[in-house]
Amino acid sequence: MLKKTVLNAAHRALGARMVDFGGWDMPVNYGSQIEEHHAVRRDCGMFDVSHMCPVDLVGADCRPFLSRLVANDVAKLTVSGKALYSAMLNEDGGVIDDLIIYFLTDARFRIVVNAGTAEKDLAWMQTKAAEWKMDVTITQRRDGDNALGMIAVQGPNARAKVWQVLPQAKAATESLKPFFAAEVDQYFIASTGYTGEDGYEIMLPAGEAESLWNALKEAGVAPCGLGARDTLRLEAGMNLYGQDMDETVSPLDAGLAWTVAMKDERDFVGRAALAANGQQKQFLGLILLDKGVLRGHQKVITQHGEGEITSGSFSPTLQQSIALARLPLGVAVGDEVQVDIRGKLLKAKVTKPVFARNGKVVQ
Amino acid sequence: MSNVPSNLKYAASHEWVLKNADGSVTIGITDHAQEALGDLVFVELPEVGAHYAAEKEIAVVESVKAAADVYAPIAGTVTEVNQAAADAPESVNADAYAAWLFKMTPDNMADVDALLDAAAYQAVADAA
Repeated sequence: MLKKTVLNAAHRALGARMVDFGGWDMPVNYGSQIEEHHAVRRDCGMFDVSHMCPVDLVGADCRPFLSRLVANDVAKLTVSGKALYSAMLNEDGGVIDDLIIYFLTDARFRIVVNAGTAEKDLAWMQTKAAEWKMDVTITQRRDGDNALGMIAVQGPNARAKVWQVLPQAKAATESLKPFFAAEVDQYFIASTGYTGEDGYEIMLPAGEAESLWNALKEAGVAPCGLGARDTLRLEAGMNLYGQDMDETVSPLDAGLAWTVAMKDERDFVGRAALAANGQQKQFLGLILLDKGVLRGHQKVITQHGEGEITSGSFSPTLQQSIALARLPLGVAVGDEVQVDIRGKLLKAKVTKPVFARNGKVVQ
Repeated sequence: MSNVPSNLKYAASHEWVLKNADGSVTIGITDHAQEALGDLVFVELPEVGAHYAAEKEIAVVESVKAAADVYAPIAGTVTEVNQAAADAPESVNADAYAAWLFKMTPDNMADVDALLDAAAYQAVADAA
Protein backbone atom coordinates (compact mmCIF):
# COMPACT_ATOMS: atom_id res chain seq x y z
CA MET A 1 0.00 0.00 0.00
CA LEU A 2 1.62 3.23 -1.17
CA LYS A 3 1.63 6.22 1.14
CA LYS A 4 -0.13 9.35 -0.09
CA THR A 5 0.52 12.99 0.59
CA VAL A 6 -2.34 15.31 1.42
CA LEU A 7 -2.20 16.55 -2.21
CA ASN A 8 -2.71 13.12 -3.80
CA ALA A 9 -6.24 13.86 -4.99
CA ALA A 10 -5.13 17.23 -6.40
CA HIS A 11 -2.42 15.51 -8.48
CA ARG A 12 -4.89 12.99 -9.85
CA ALA A 13 -7.38 15.74 -10.67
CA LEU A 14 -4.64 17.42 -12.73
CA GLY A 15 -4.06 14.19 -14.67
CA ALA A 16 -0.63 13.51 -13.19
CA ARG A 17 1.25 10.37 -14.11
CA MET A 18 1.80 8.81 -10.69
CA VAL A 19 4.73 6.56 -9.73
CA ASP A 20 5.93 4.64 -6.71
CA PHE A 21 8.66 6.87 -5.32
CA GLY A 22 10.21 5.08 -2.34
CA GLY A 23 6.83 3.83 -1.17
CA TRP A 24 5.03 7.11 -1.92
CA ASP A 25 2.45 7.57 -4.65
CA MET A 26 3.87 10.71 -6.26
CA PRO A 27 3.44 12.65 -9.54
CA VAL A 28 6.33 12.17 -11.98
CA ASN A 29 4.81 14.67 -14.42
CA TYR A 30 1.52 16.27 -15.38
CA GLY A 31 2.15 15.94 -19.12
CA SER A 32 5.60 17.03 -20.25
CA GLN A 33 8.54 16.83 -17.86
CA ILE A 34 10.59 19.10 -20.14
CA GLU A 35 7.90 21.81 -20.17
CA GLU A 36 7.71 21.63 -16.37
CA HIS A 37 11.48 21.96 -16.18
CA HIS A 38 11.45 25.06 -18.40
CA ALA A 39 8.59 26.57 -16.38
CA VAL A 40 10.82 26.57 -13.30
CA ARG A 41 13.90 27.97 -15.09
CA ARG A 42 11.91 30.65 -16.92
CA ASP A 43 8.83 31.47 -14.82
CA CYS A 44 7.48 29.57 -11.84
CA GLY A 45 6.62 25.99 -10.93
CA MET A 46 5.51 24.17 -7.80
CA PHE A 47 6.24 20.74 -6.35
CA ASP A 48 4.46 18.71 -3.71
CA VAL A 49 7.26 17.75 -1.33
CA SER A 50 4.99 16.72 1.53
CA HIS A 51 6.61 13.26 1.46
CA MET A 52 9.70 14.85 2.98
CA CYS A 53 9.73 14.86 6.75
CA PRO A 54 9.99 17.95 8.97
CA VAL A 55 11.44 17.12 12.39
CA ASP A 56 11.14 19.57 15.28
CA LEU A 57 13.78 19.70 18.00
CA VAL A 58 12.86 21.38 21.26
CA GLY A 59 14.94 21.62 24.42
CA ALA A 60 17.89 23.26 26.09
CA ASP A 61 20.43 20.98 24.41
CA CYS A 62 19.47 21.52 20.76
CA ARG A 63 22.79 23.10 19.90
CA PRO A 64 25.16 20.67 21.62
CA PHE A 65 23.08 17.80 20.22
CA LEU A 66 23.23 19.02 16.62
CA SER A 67 26.88 19.93 17.02
CA ARG A 68 27.69 16.25 17.58
CA LEU A 69 25.01 14.85 15.28
CA VAL A 70 25.87 16.41 11.92
CA ALA A 71 29.01 17.07 9.87
CA ASN A 72 28.38 20.77 9.27
CA ASP A 73 28.70 23.09 12.27
CA VAL A 74 25.53 24.61 13.73
CA ALA A 75 27.76 27.27 15.30
CA LYS A 76 27.41 28.91 11.86
CA LEU A 77 23.73 29.48 12.72
CA THR A 78 23.83 32.78 14.60
CA VAL A 79 20.78 34.60 13.21
CA SER A 80 17.26 33.33 13.87
CA GLY A 81 15.75 31.83 10.71
CA LYS A 82 19.10 30.88 9.17
CA ALA A 83 19.31 27.47 7.48
CA LEU A 84 22.25 25.08 7.16
CA TYR A 85 22.68 22.17 4.75
CA SER A 86 24.50 19.19 6.23
CA ALA A 87 25.16 15.50 6.01
CA MET A 88 24.40 13.25 8.99
CA LEU A 89 27.10 10.57 9.12
CA ASN A 90 27.49 7.15 10.65
CA GLU A 91 30.61 6.19 12.60
CA ASP A 92 32.26 4.97 9.38
CA GLY A 93 31.81 8.40 7.82
CA GLY A 94 29.05 7.22 5.44
CA VAL A 95 26.07 9.47 4.79
CA ILE A 96 22.91 8.44 6.69
CA ASP A 97 21.09 11.37 5.10
CA ASP A 98 21.48 14.93 3.91
CA LEU A 99 19.22 17.48 5.51
CA ILE A 100 18.49 21.13 6.14
CA ILE A 101 18.55 22.54 9.66
CA TYR A 102 16.62 25.74 10.40
CA PHE A 103 17.65 27.69 13.51
CA LEU A 104 14.68 29.35 15.21
CA THR A 105 15.80 29.82 18.83
CA ASP A 106 18.47 28.11 20.93
CA ALA A 107 15.72 25.84 22.25
CA ARG A 108 13.94 25.25 18.94
CA PHE A 109 15.27 24.00 15.60
CA ARG A 110 13.53 22.41 12.64
CA ILE A 111 15.17 19.82 10.39
CA VAL A 112 13.84 18.57 7.06
CA VAL A 113 14.98 15.09 6.06
CA ASN A 114 14.43 12.95 2.98
CA ALA A 115 11.24 10.92 2.53
CA GLY A 116 12.76 7.46 2.21
CA THR A 117 15.19 7.91 5.10
CA ALA A 118 12.89 9.59 7.62
CA GLU A 119 12.27 6.56 9.81
CA LYS A 120 15.92 5.53 10.13
CA ASP A 121 16.91 9.18 10.66
CA LEU A 122 14.44 9.60 13.51
CA ALA A 123 15.57 6.36 15.12
CA TRP A 124 19.20 7.43 14.84
CA MET A 125 18.48 10.86 16.33
CA GLN A 126 16.51 9.38 19.22
CA THR A 127 19.26 6.86 19.94
CA LYS A 128 21.97 9.51 19.93
CA ALA A 129 19.95 11.92 22.08
CA ALA A 130 19.49 9.18 24.69
CA GLU A 131 23.11 7.99 24.48
CA TRP A 132 24.45 11.55 24.96
CA LYS A 133 21.81 12.32 27.61
CA MET A 134 20.67 15.43 25.78
CA ASP A 135 17.71 17.54 26.82
CA VAL A 136 16.03 17.52 23.43
CA THR A 137 12.60 16.36 22.29
CA ILE A 138 12.50 15.09 18.72
CA THR A 139 9.12 15.14 16.97
CA GLN A 140 8.33 14.22 13.39
CA ARG A 141 5.78 16.50 11.70
CA ARG A 142 4.88 14.48 8.59
CA ASP A 143 2.21 12.16 9.94
CA GLY A 144 -0.51 12.35 12.55
CA ASP A 145 -2.44 15.17 14.17
CA ASN A 146 0.13 17.94 13.73
CA ALA A 147 1.26 16.91 10.27
CA LEU A 148 2.61 19.56 7.92
CA GLY A 149 2.29 19.70 4.17
CA MET A 150 5.12 21.13 2.09
CA ILE A 151 4.99 22.90 -1.26
CA ALA A 152 8.12 24.15 -3.05
CA VAL A 153 7.44 27.16 -5.28
CA GLN A 154 10.47 27.75 -7.50
CA GLY A 155 11.50 29.99 -10.37
CA PRO A 156 12.32 33.63 -11.13
CA ASN A 157 8.69 34.63 -10.53
CA ALA A 158 8.17 32.43 -7.46
CA ARG A 159 8.35 35.19 -4.86
CA ALA A 160 5.84 37.39 -6.70
CA LYS A 161 3.44 34.47 -7.13
CA VAL A 162 3.65 33.53 -3.45
CA TRP A 163 3.01 37.12 -2.37
CA GLN A 164 0.06 37.33 -4.73
CA VAL A 165 -1.49 34.29 -3.05
CA LEU A 166 -0.26 34.99 0.51
CA PRO A 167 -0.09 38.80 0.74
CA GLN A 168 0.22 38.55 4.52
CA ALA A 169 3.60 36.84 4.02
CA LYS A 170 5.17 39.56 1.93
CA ALA A 171 6.47 41.82 4.71
CA ALA A 172 8.20 38.96 6.53
CA THR A 173 9.72 37.31 3.45
CA GLU A 174 10.54 40.24 1.15
CA SER A 175 14.01 40.75 2.58
CA LEU A 176 14.66 37.05 3.22
CA LYS A 177 18.15 36.22 1.93
CA PRO A 178 18.79 32.79 0.40
CA PHE A 179 18.76 29.95 2.94
CA PHE A 180 16.62 31.60 5.60
CA ALA A 181 13.14 30.92 6.94
CA ALA A 182 10.39 33.10 8.38
CA GLU A 183 7.32 32.05 10.35
CA VAL A 184 4.14 33.88 9.37
CA ASP A 185 1.01 32.73 11.19
CA GLN A 186 0.78 29.02 10.48
CA TYR A 187 3.18 29.22 7.51
CA PHE A 188 6.86 28.34 7.70
CA ILE A 189 8.35 29.97 4.61
CA ALA A 190 11.94 29.19 3.68
CA SER A 191 14.08 30.59 0.88
CA THR A 192 15.50 27.15 0.18
CA GLY A 193 14.98 24.79 -2.71
CA TYR A 194 16.29 22.02 -4.90
CA THR A 195 16.24 23.55 -8.36
CA GLY A 196 18.96 26.21 -8.53
CA GLU A 197 16.28 28.89 -8.84
CA ASP A 198 14.94 31.51 -6.46
CA GLY A 199 11.81 30.59 -4.57
CA TYR A 200 10.31 29.33 -1.36
CA GLU A 201 9.61 26.05 0.35
CA ILE A 202 6.40 26.50 2.33
CA MET A 203 5.40 24.27 5.23
CA LEU A 204 1.86 24.59 6.54
CA PRO A 205 -0.77 22.53 8.38
CA ALA A 206 -1.49 19.55 6.13
CA GLY A 207 -5.21 20.34 6.00
CA GLU A 208 -4.50 23.67 4.32
CA ALA A 209 -2.04 22.44 1.72
CA GLU A 210 -4.62 21.72 -0.95
CA SER A 211 -6.15 25.21 -0.83
CA LEU A 212 -2.69 26.80 -1.13
CA TRP A 213 -1.85 24.44 -4.02
CA ASN A 214 -5.06 25.37 -5.82
CA ALA A 215 -4.57 29.09 -5.21
CA LEU A 216 -1.05 28.91 -6.64
CA LYS A 217 -2.41 26.98 -9.63
CA GLU A 218 -5.03 29.72 -10.13
CA ALA A 219 -2.23 32.31 -10.01
CA GLY A 220 -0.55 30.56 -12.94
CA VAL A 221 2.09 28.51 -11.14
CA ALA A 222 2.83 25.33 -13.11
CA PRO A 223 2.43 22.04 -11.21
CA CYS A 224 5.69 20.12 -11.65
CA GLY A 225 6.43 16.47 -10.95
CA LEU A 226 9.40 14.64 -9.49
CA GLY A 227 10.76 14.14 -13.02
CA ALA A 228 11.39 17.86 -13.50
CA ARG A 229 12.58 18.12 -9.91
CA ASP A 230 15.28 15.57 -10.73
CA THR A 231 16.54 17.24 -13.93
CA LEU A 232 16.48 20.66 -12.24
CA ARG A 233 18.53 19.51 -9.27
CA LEU A 234 20.91 17.63 -11.58
CA GLU A 235 21.53 20.77 -13.64
CA ALA A 236 22.02 22.73 -10.41
CA GLY A 237 24.59 20.14 -9.28
CA MET A 238 22.69 19.16 -6.16
CA ASN A 239 23.14 15.66 -4.76
CA LEU A 240 20.30 13.17 -4.54
CA TYR A 241 20.43 10.91 -1.52
CA GLY A 242 20.48 7.22 -2.43
CA GLN A 243 21.91 8.00 -5.84
CA ASP A 244 24.88 10.37 -5.45
CA MET A 245 25.66 9.26 -1.91
CA ASP A 246 24.51 6.77 0.70
CA GLU A 247 25.73 5.08 3.87
CA THR A 248 28.71 3.56 2.05
CA VAL A 249 29.93 6.87 0.59
CA SER A 250 31.98 9.53 2.34
CA PRO A 251 30.73 13.11 1.92
CA LEU A 252 34.31 13.95 0.85
CA ASP A 253 33.87 11.64 -2.17
CA ALA A 254 30.38 12.98 -2.96
CA GLY A 255 31.23 16.63 -3.48
CA LEU A 256 30.07 17.58 0.01
CA ALA A 257 33.43 18.58 1.53
CA TRP A 258 32.12 22.16 1.66
CA THR A 259 29.50 21.00 4.17
CA VAL A 260 31.93 19.17 6.45
CA ALA A 261 33.31 21.52 9.11
CA MET A 262 36.59 20.12 10.42
CA LYS A 263 38.58 23.29 11.04
CA ASP A 264 38.27 23.24 14.82
CA GLU A 265 38.28 20.33 17.26
CA ARG A 266 34.49 19.83 17.35
CA ASP A 267 33.65 16.16 17.81
CA PHE A 268 30.93 14.83 15.50
CA VAL A 269 29.83 11.37 14.45
CA GLY A 270 31.97 10.15 11.55
CA ARG A 271 34.77 12.67 12.01
CA ALA A 272 37.42 10.14 12.96
CA ALA A 273 36.64 8.01 9.91
CA LEU A 274 36.76 11.01 7.57
CA ALA A 275 40.09 12.09 9.05
CA ALA A 276 41.51 8.57 8.69
CA ASN A 277 40.31 7.91 5.15
CA GLY A 278 40.60 11.35 3.58
CA GLN A 279 39.28 11.97 0.11
CA GLN A 280 39.42 8.97 -2.22
CA LYS A 281 37.44 10.20 -5.25
CA GLN A 282 36.31 13.49 -6.69
CA PHE A 283 32.79 14.45 -7.55
CA LEU A 284 32.61 16.16 -10.94
CA GLY A 285 30.25 16.84 -13.82
CA LEU A 286 30.19 15.30 -17.29
CA ILE A 287 28.74 16.60 -20.55
CA LEU A 288 28.26 13.95 -23.22
CA LEU A 289 29.88 15.02 -26.50
CA ASP A 290 28.44 12.14 -28.55
CA LYS A 291 24.74 11.41 -28.95
CA GLY A 292 23.07 9.43 -26.18
CA VAL A 293 22.03 9.79 -22.56
CA LEU A 294 24.25 9.44 -19.50
CA ARG A 295 22.66 7.43 -16.65
CA GLY A 296 23.54 6.41 -13.12
CA HIS A 297 25.92 3.42 -12.76
CA GLN A 298 27.52 3.84 -16.20
CA LYS A 299 31.29 3.29 -16.12
CA VAL A 300 33.61 6.20 -16.85
CA ILE A 301 37.05 5.45 -18.29
CA THR A 302 39.72 8.06 -17.60
CA GLN A 303 43.54 8.22 -17.83
CA HIS A 304 43.62 7.92 -14.06
CA GLY A 305 41.41 4.86 -13.76
CA GLU A 306 37.73 4.11 -13.77
CA GLY A 307 34.92 6.11 -12.24
CA GLU A 308 31.16 5.86 -12.12
CA ILE A 309 28.23 8.08 -12.99
CA THR A 310 25.98 8.58 -9.97
CA SER A 311 23.20 10.59 -11.69
CA GLY A 312 22.66 11.33 -15.35
CA SER A 313 19.93 12.50 -17.67
CA PHE A 314 19.19 14.82 -20.55
CA SER A 315 19.51 18.48 -19.63
CA PRO A 316 16.56 20.46 -21.01
CA THR A 317 18.49 23.71 -20.47
CA LEU A 318 21.74 22.63 -22.16
CA GLN A 319 19.98 20.34 -24.67
CA GLN A 320 22.74 17.79 -24.04
CA SER A 321 23.14 14.88 -21.72
CA ILE A 322 24.80 15.70 -18.40
CA ALA A 323 25.84 13.70 -15.35
CA LEU A 324 27.34 13.80 -11.90
CA ALA A 325 30.13 11.28 -11.45
CA ARG A 326 32.58 9.96 -8.90
CA LEU A 327 35.95 10.02 -10.66
CA PRO A 328 39.51 9.09 -9.70
CA LEU A 329 41.74 11.74 -8.15
CA GLY A 330 43.87 13.32 -10.88
CA VAL A 331 41.03 13.81 -13.36
CA ALA A 332 40.68 17.54 -14.10
CA VAL A 333 37.92 19.80 -15.38
CA GLY A 334 38.29 19.98 -19.16
CA ASP A 335 39.58 16.40 -19.55
CA GLU A 336 37.96 14.21 -22.17
CA VAL A 337 36.85 10.80 -20.86
CA GLN A 338 34.85 7.87 -22.18
CA VAL A 339 31.57 6.53 -20.88
CA ASP A 340 30.48 2.95 -21.46
CA ILE A 341 26.88 3.11 -22.68
CA ARG A 342 25.54 -0.35 -23.53
CA GLY A 343 29.02 -1.49 -24.55
CA LYS A 344 29.84 1.54 -26.69
CA LEU A 345 32.49 4.00 -25.53
CA LEU A 346 31.19 7.54 -25.98
CA LYS A 347 33.12 10.79 -25.45
CA ALA A 348 32.34 13.11 -22.57
CA LYS A 349 33.91 16.26 -21.19
CA VAL A 350 34.67 16.69 -17.48
CA THR A 351 33.14 19.81 -15.95
CA LYS A 352 32.52 21.35 -12.57
CA PRO A 353 29.49 19.65 -11.01
CA VAL A 354 27.02 22.42 -11.83
CA PHE A 355 25.36 23.06 -15.19
CA ALA A 356 22.56 25.61 -14.86
CA ARG A 357 21.27 27.95 -12.20
CA ASN A 358 19.11 31.07 -12.13
CA GLY A 359 17.83 30.46 -15.64
CA LYS A 360 21.30 30.35 -17.16
CA VAL A 361 23.83 27.78 -18.30
CA VAL A 362 26.78 27.70 -15.89
CA GLN A 363 29.74 26.16 -17.67
CA MET B 1 -6.23 7.09 -23.01
CA SER B 2 -3.74 5.79 -25.48
CA ASN B 3 -4.49 5.35 -29.14
CA VAL B 4 -4.42 1.80 -30.60
CA PRO B 5 -5.17 1.86 -34.36
CA SER B 6 -7.03 -1.22 -35.54
CA ASN B 7 -5.10 -1.57 -38.83
CA LEU B 8 -1.84 -2.44 -37.07
CA LYS B 9 -0.42 -5.52 -35.37
CA TYR B 10 1.33 -5.30 -32.01
CA ALA B 11 3.93 -6.95 -29.82
CA ALA B 12 3.37 -7.22 -26.07
CA SER B 13 6.69 -5.36 -25.69
CA HIS B 14 4.87 -2.25 -27.06
CA GLU B 15 5.92 -2.14 -30.72
CA TRP B 16 3.47 -1.64 -33.59
CA VAL B 17 3.86 -3.33 -36.99
CA LEU B 18 2.34 -2.21 -40.30
CA LYS B 19 2.32 -4.56 -43.29
CA ASN B 20 3.37 -2.80 -46.49
CA ALA B 21 2.36 -3.76 -50.02
CA ASP B 22 5.98 -4.52 -50.98
CA GLY B 23 6.31 -7.31 -48.42
CA SER B 24 8.18 -5.19 -45.87
CA VAL B 25 6.83 -4.13 -42.48
CA THR B 26 7.14 -0.73 -40.76
CA ILE B 27 7.79 -0.75 -37.01
CA GLY B 28 7.55 1.83 -34.26
CA ILE B 29 6.65 2.11 -30.58
CA THR B 30 3.05 2.45 -29.47
CA ASP B 31 1.33 5.53 -28.15
CA HIS B 32 1.05 3.78 -24.82
CA ALA B 33 4.84 3.26 -24.78
CA GLN B 34 5.68 6.88 -25.61
CA GLU B 35 3.24 8.09 -22.97
CA ALA B 36 4.73 5.83 -20.32
CA LEU B 37 8.27 6.92 -21.17
CA GLY B 38 7.55 10.65 -21.27
CA ASP B 39 9.52 13.19 -23.30
CA LEU B 40 11.87 11.28 -25.60
CA VAL B 41 15.33 12.77 -26.05
CA PHE B 42 17.31 10.03 -27.82
CA VAL B 43 16.61 7.28 -30.35
CA GLU B 44 19.22 4.72 -31.39
CA LEU B 45 18.30 2.92 -34.61
CA PRO B 46 19.52 -0.45 -35.92
CA GLU B 47 21.83 -0.83 -38.93
CA VAL B 48 20.31 -1.40 -42.33
CA GLY B 49 21.07 -4.93 -43.47
CA ALA B 50 21.34 -6.41 -40.00
CA HIS B 51 19.30 -9.51 -39.20
CA TYR B 52 17.50 -9.90 -35.88
CA ALA B 53 15.76 -12.82 -34.23
CA ALA B 54 12.30 -12.15 -32.80
CA GLU B 55 12.30 -10.52 -29.35
CA LYS B 56 15.94 -9.36 -29.66
CA GLU B 57 16.88 -5.80 -28.65
CA ILE B 58 16.98 -3.88 -31.91
CA ALA B 59 16.76 -0.19 -30.98
CA VAL B 60 16.76 2.05 -27.91
CA VAL B 61 14.50 4.95 -27.01
CA GLU B 62 15.43 7.18 -24.10
CA SER B 63 13.30 9.74 -22.34
CA VAL B 64 14.47 12.24 -19.74
CA LYS B 65 13.37 9.61 -17.26
CA ALA B 66 14.71 6.31 -18.53
CA ALA B 67 16.14 4.20 -21.34
CA ALA B 68 13.95 1.52 -22.89
CA ASP B 69 14.86 -1.23 -25.32
CA VAL B 70 12.83 -1.71 -28.48
CA TYR B 71 12.53 -5.38 -29.45
CA ALA B 72 12.25 -6.91 -32.91
CA PRO B 73 8.58 -7.99 -33.01
CA ILE B 74 9.42 -10.64 -35.59
CA ALA B 75 12.57 -12.22 -37.06
CA GLY B 76 13.82 -10.38 -40.12
CA THR B 77 16.28 -8.06 -41.81
CA VAL B 78 16.34 -4.28 -41.40
CA THR B 79 15.79 -2.58 -44.75
CA GLU B 80 15.40 1.09 -43.80
CA VAL B 81 15.60 3.34 -40.72
CA ASN B 82 13.80 6.62 -40.04
CA GLN B 83 16.63 9.07 -39.39
CA ALA B 84 14.06 11.85 -38.93
CA ALA B 85 12.86 10.14 -35.73
CA ALA B 86 16.44 9.94 -34.42
CA ASP B 87 17.01 13.61 -35.28
CA ALA B 88 13.77 14.69 -33.56
CA PRO B 89 12.89 12.14 -30.83
CA GLU B 90 10.00 14.37 -29.72
CA SER B 91 8.24 13.49 -32.99
CA VAL B 92 7.60 10.04 -31.48
CA ASN B 93 5.78 11.70 -28.57
CA ALA B 94 3.80 13.86 -30.97
CA ASP B 95 2.59 10.91 -33.08
CA ALA B 96 3.99 7.48 -32.33
CA TYR B 97 2.34 5.97 -35.41
CA ALA B 98 3.65 8.59 -37.84
CA ALA B 99 7.19 8.59 -36.40
CA TRP B 100 8.13 5.04 -37.37
CA LEU B 101 11.57 3.77 -36.37
CA PHE B 102 12.61 1.13 -38.94
CA LYS B 103 11.41 -1.26 -41.65
CA MET B 104 12.13 -4.97 -41.86
CA THR B 105 11.66 -7.80 -44.32
CA PRO B 106 10.21 -10.59 -42.19
CA ASP B 107 11.76 -14.06 -42.46
CA ASN B 108 8.23 -15.39 -42.42
CA MET B 109 5.14 -13.25 -43.02
CA ALA B 110 3.09 -15.64 -40.91
CA ASP B 111 5.00 -14.32 -37.87
CA VAL B 112 3.42 -10.91 -38.48
CA ASP B 113 -0.07 -12.36 -38.69
CA ALA B 114 0.53 -14.13 -35.37
CA LEU B 115 1.17 -10.83 -33.52
CA LEU B 116 -1.48 -9.24 -31.30
CA ASP B 117 -4.38 -7.41 -32.85
CA ALA B 118 -5.52 -4.02 -31.53
CA ALA B 119 -7.97 -5.47 -28.99
CA ALA B 120 -5.43 -7.91 -27.59
CA TYR B 121 -2.76 -5.18 -27.35
CA GLN B 122 -5.21 -2.79 -25.68
CA ALA B 123 -5.69 -5.43 -22.98
CA VAL B 124 -1.89 -5.64 -22.52
CA ALA B 125 -1.59 -1.86 -22.29
CA ASP B 126 -4.47 -1.60 -19.82
CA ALA B 127 -2.84 -4.18 -17.58
CA ALA B 128 0.54 -2.42 -17.62
